[in-house]
Formats: sequence, C-alpha cells, structure tokens
Amino acid sequence: MAVRERLSGNEAVAYAIKQINPDVMPAFPITPSTEIPQYVANYIANGEIDTEFIPVESEHSAMSATVGASAAGARALTATSSCGMALMWEELYVAASNRLPIVLALVNRALSGPININADHSDSMGARDSGWIQIYAESNQEVYDNFLQAFLIAEHKDVMLPVMVCQDGFITSHGVENILLVEDHLVKEFVGEREPEHYLLNPNETLAVGPYAVSCYYMETKRGQRQAMINARKVILEVAERFHAMTGRQYGFFEAYRLEDAEYAVVIIGSATGTCKAAIEQIRNTTGKKVGLLKIRVFRPFPEVEIAAALAHVKAVAILDRSEMFSATGGPLGAEVRAALYQAKGTAETVNYLYGLGGRDITVEDFCQVYENLEKIAKEHKITDMYEYIGLRK
Amino acid sequence: MISEKINENSPWQDITEGNKIFEAATSRDFYTGEWRTSSPVWNEENCKQCLLCTPVCPDSSIPVCDRKRKDFDYDHCKGCGICAKVCPFGAITMKEGK
Amino acid sequence: METYNFKEIMNKPERLAPGHRMCAGCGGTVTVRGVLRALHEGDKAVVGNATGCLEVSSFMYPYTAYEDSYIHNAFENAGATLSGVETAYRVLKKRGKIKEDYKFITFGGDGGTYDIGFQSLSGAMERGHDMVYVCYDNGAYMNTGTQRSSATPQFADTTTTPAGKVSNGKVQIRKDLAAIMAEHHIPYVGQTTFTNNFKDLHTKAEKAIYTPGAAFLNVLSPCPRGWGYEPSDLMDICKAAIDTCYWPLYEVVDGKWILSYEPKVKLPIEDFLRSQRRFRHLFKPENEELIAVFQQEVDRRWEELRVRCAR
Repeated sequence: MAVRERLSGNEAVAYAIKQINPDVMPAFPITPSTEIPQYVANYIANGEIDTEFIPVESEHSAMSATVGASAAGARALTATSSCGMALMWEELYVAASNRLPIVLALVNRALSGPININADHSDSMGARDSGWIQIYAESNQEVYDNFLQAFLIAEHKDVMLPVMVCQDGFITSHGVENILLVEDHLVKEFVGEREPEHYLLNPNETLAVGPYAVSCYYMETKRGQRQAMINARKVILEVAERFHAMTGRQYGFFEAYRLEDAEYAVVIIGSATGTCKAAIEQIRNTTGKKVGLLKIRVFRPFPEVEIAAALAHVKAVAILDRSEMFSATGGPLGAEVRAALYQAKGTAETVNYLYGLGGRDITVEDFCQVYENLEKIAKEHKITDMYEYIGLRK
Repeated sequence: MISEKINENSPWQDITEGNKIFEAATSRDFYTGEWRTSSPVWNEENCKQCLLCTPVCPDSSIPVCDRKRKDFDYDHCKGCGICAKVCPFGAITMKEGK
Repeated sequence: METYNFKEIMNKPERLAPGHRMCAGCGGTVTVRGVLRALHEGDKAVVGNATGCLEVSSFMYPYTAYEDSYIHNAFENAGATLSGVETAYRVLKKRGKIKEDYKFITFGGDGGTYDIGFQSLSGAMERGHDMVYVCYDNGAYMNTGTQRSSATPQFADTTTTPAGKVSNGKVQIRKDLAAIMAEHHIPYVGQTTFTNNFKDLHTKAEKAIYTPGAAFLNVLSPCPRGWGYEPSDLMDICKAAIDTCYWPLYEVVDGKWILSYEPKVKLPIEDFLRSQRRFRHLFKPENEELIAVFQQEVDRRWEELRVRCAR
C-alpha cells in the first residue's frame, strides 16, 4: 500500500534519496534547495541511511566531487539552485561528456542579477545545451516520482548521461502538499543498485578518464553523446512504464491536459501549470470554449515530433517561458516549440510569452487573458506583440 | 596497439564512451623518440651501475632490471641530456642526431 | 616505511609510462615518477590531475601514460574531484562492493594549486580526505605559455609580467603554499625537490601516501622553457635552489616543523638566479639592488622557517 503523507517538494526529494540510499552526496547549501542536503545529513546522522555526505566548500566542488565519485563507480548525486548551478556550469559539461550517470536535484531559481531567491527557469534553461537529460515537475508528487526514475534512466547502458530533476523554487520546494509515497521495499526493487561497467575502482581494469582530445576526436565524441540522448527517449518511456506498473501513475514526455479537442493551447513547464489548469476549467465551464494545455515534463531530449503531433489540430498556441534568453525574439521554449511546429508544417498561430521571472506570480486571470489573446490571434491572423511579458508593469 | 583500435580515421561509433580508456599505459605506443635532436650514448664499460641517471629521466627511458640499468629506450627518449650531466663516471655522452 | 635502499627503489616497476608529450627535460614528470615510485609494490592507486601541461601531455586521447587508474576533471578542482573518488572508495568498501585497498594521489601545477584550484585544495585538505595532493611547482602557468602565478618569484620575467623599459618583472613576492597547507593542521606536509639520490622526495612522498588523512607535497619542478635554462641542467638548478635556501626542504608532521636539510654554506641567491633567462635583467649593473632585495626575502623566509623548526 502506498503511504499517504504531506510533504514539501524538498522533503519529497530528500525522502526519495533516503529510499534509494545512494553512495555519495556532495553538496553546498543554496536557497531554496538547502533543505535537501540538510534532510539527507539528518538521515545519515540518525543512522537511517549510510550514504557518505561530503560537505564541500562550493557548488563547483560539489559537482566536481560528484563527477569523481561517479567515475569511481559510486551512485552519486547533488542538489543545487540558481547561482550554485551557474558555478558548477563547467562541471555540468564534464559530467555529461564523461558519460557519468549522475543525478542533480535542481530547485529552479532565478539567476542573478539582481540577486533573487524565487522561482524561474533561467538556471536550468541556461544549461539546456550541457548534455543533461532534463525532467521537470508540476507538483511535489511529480518531483518525487521523477526522482525515483532518474537513476534508472541515467545508468541505462544505452544512455549513461546525467539527469537533472527540476522543481520550482519555493512554490514546489517549500509548498506542502498531499503526496503518495512508494513503499521502501518497492523503491529498492525498482531502483536497484548501480552496476558500473567501467570504473576507477575496478580491480580488474585500469581506467583513464578525462583526456585531452584533439579535433579529430572531439566531433565524434559529441556524436556519441547525441546518440545517448536519442536512446534516452526510449529509455525514459520504458522506465515510466515500469513506474506506472508499480504505482499506477503515468508519465510521458509531456502531459496533454484537455488538449484532445482544444482549439487554443498553452505550452508550459512547471508549477504554474496548476493555475493554467484552473483557468482552463473556468473557461470551459463558463464559455464552453475549447482550451487546453501541454505541460512539458522532458525538455532534454526534446520531444519535437510528439509535441508537434499533439498540437497539430490547434488553431493557436501560446508558449510560456519562465526564463529570458535575450535573443530579443522570445524564450527558449518558445524557440524550440515553434521550430517543432514549423518542421511539422503546422498551421497553428504561435505566440511566445514570458512570465514569472524572479518569482512573479501568474494568476488564473492572466491565463484567461492568454486564451482570449489566442482566440483573437487565430481570428485575425495577426500578432501585435510576439514576445510579451505577462504581469509586467507598464 | 591502441592506435589500431582508435585513431584519427575511426568512425564515431568506435570512439569510447566518454573518451574513457580501459587500458594502462597506452602512451607506450607513441614514439616520442622521433623528437630527438641529440641522443645519449651509454658506454657500458664506464658504467658503474650506480643508477643515479634513472630517476632524473623525465621520460622513463632508462629501463632498470635486476638492479641494473639497460640501454636507453630510444623509442621514447627525447634527448634532454639530464642523464649525461648527472653521470659521475662519464658513462653517458650526448651525440648529435637520433 | 620502507628503508631507503636506492638501488632497490630504482628497481621498482615504473608507474609513469613513456610516450607522454611533456617537453624534453621537463621537471614535472620527474616529480610524478618520483612520487608514484613511493607507492609500495602491489598497492593500487587512483591518480588525479588538474588541467595543465601534465594533463594535456600525459593523457592525450587515446594515449594514457599511467599504469594506474587516472582521472582528470578540470583545472580548478583536482582536490574536490579526488575527494569524490576517495569518498566513493570508502562507501563502496563499507558496503562490501570492493575489497582491494587503494591510495589516492593527485597532481596539479602551481596554477591549478596555488591559484585557480586553491579553494578546492583547501576544502579537500580541511575535510581530511585520505589523499595526497602533489603540487609540481614550476612557478608560472607554463601550459598556456609562462604567465605569472602566485608561485612565481618576485622579479621573474613572465609573459604577463614582462621585464621591460619600466618594469623589472613580477612585482609581488611568492605565496608560501606549503606553510598555508601546514596551517590547515593536516597530518603531513612536505616541501621537496630533486636531490642526487632522490631520497628526500621519496621519503616525503612515502610518508604523504601512507599517513592516514590529508597530505600535501610541494615539489619544485623546474621548467626549462619557462625559466630559460639548458634542459640538461635540471639537477644543477635544483641543487642551487636548495643551497641558496630559495627552496628549503622541510616537512610538517602533525604540526611539528622539521628542517630536512641545512646547507653547510648558504650560497648567495645569484647562484640560483644566474643560469635562468627569466632573471637575466637582474644582472644589469643598475639592478644590483634588486638582487639584494631578492636576497633579503630569501633570508627572511629562511630565518622564519628555522625559528618554526626550532620550536
């Protein structure tokens, strides 16, 4: 029987770590992810798990030690947010290109400056090209479930890539919700133990990691990473299927909510999806207008074909980004979803909005306005502002 | 030879995962002796087998076996001349060329 | 510890293979060979490495020069990386997944150790991982072409502190990293370089490796290109560094400072400076006083060290 609990997102991730009992966790505190290493340190202090915690002196060292531990053969992870992730940026690339099955519990927070501790996706979106698998959550339940699946994806022999498990700072990480926990023995059975093939501490094989490689090897190396990312698509779905069989909770690349018959759709990532769902219910109930949403769970690898197919019948799509990329044309999600639709010769009008930067609230009314705009855009085939901020004071 | 498995003509599928190398000391297959512009010559008759030349070699090119040095590893010796300079017995001389 | 029988020690199997691409006459690989030679035969080790000359030359895909398992991660994190490896070892051992014993030794140049990797080194030492951090100190960023570091001695002509019409090279005096590491109160710190029979380097490396807990070794590793001397002069340069007391040999064992060598006659600093192109400008007649300044600094540090060792 699943265990009913009330946990914050950080507690949920820490609980998943406890159930997995990984080998090594180096970490350095940063708001709003600090609680995760604190909870883990407490589990260790009370003998509930025997993970080795390394209280490193920076996030750069956190990921560096995680890389060392993972290369040595351990199941290793860390947790961070925002500037902490920015400090480990170089190491994100090293972890991915060394093909190390590391898991990072990322609590999304705006990047400086100005310094701001609240949610947006500028940290992980900035790292979207680092070669990590990225899985996002709307709720505490989802971040827990995603975390339980992460090592299985990362360690699969056809993948061997690091996985970033993302949740929104404070909104998810500190908000307490009802949650269903998987029983310990089922988690143990599901996640199993890491069985590394090549590792530094293998007494039967000498291993060298991290060479200098000249240009005649670099491009071929990147092609290998790309293949791993391609393979990850299948593995992510297989792991989700196993998870479904264990818990009854179903996951894919994205969630399509009232999208089947929708004429107007929002594409979104993370915790604001709940607010959008409320707006959808309100609009459908009061006006009967066919509105829906597509919530992206897996951003890397990017499910381009599947997203285009799911939006093929829609008249107009609003893509909502929670991070600026200063291309002066929109946000990263906007660029990629529009590219996917173009490639599939989609006919939907698209518009890209930026919202929630640095923790700015987005309301049901804001989403209602988005759907109204979409209706107008679909009718007039004219977009007055392709790249607008929602909730900006003018 | 590692270069038979991985070289500049290898297709991407043959590049090891994460550029890891699963063998020890594959650098032996790379002949840095090609770099040499002057070469040490070991005069065995003068050599007292004191072995002072062995730790100063940056290129591990003075093999020792049964507490005695052997002739230079010319596949790898770069000809720096440190060994000749430290030899107390004039048993190593440098000559021009390979 | 093994008794130091030179011939027996030289007879041990080589742990750094030839075929690496370090320059002819490089002091860095002499350091690596000397340190790894102190591992007892049959003992397993994982070797770490900061980015630098050594890394790009000794593991150039697909050629590794190491007989032991090896990891390079980045420039500034050799300490943290090896602390991750060492922790993995402890937990995998605790959980019965590996049975063999391993030692952990990482190498960094002075750029990766004194400067960009200083925080990572300090963290790893303070946390007390059972590992040895070896700095092969050649006193500048040699991999990128001899830029100054905080290990570069005052007045050295480097590519970022060039001696010129109105410049006498590096303005600042060098950082004393071994002393800073000693102030971490780790069980073992050693400062050494190459001596005739390599006993000093060997015994210090052996103590560093086999002392439980964190250990640090600072090894003066001359660079013929960066310093501007004939590659064959390696051992003369080291001898001059020791006998002028520019590079004193000492160790700090559980907080006790011990002088390893005191020259019978302390040579003037010119004997160390003269053969190096990077100090050539100091020998212009008008720069005599700069040599006096250099000498004063060497004397001051030597006296300070003697006081510490006499306590």
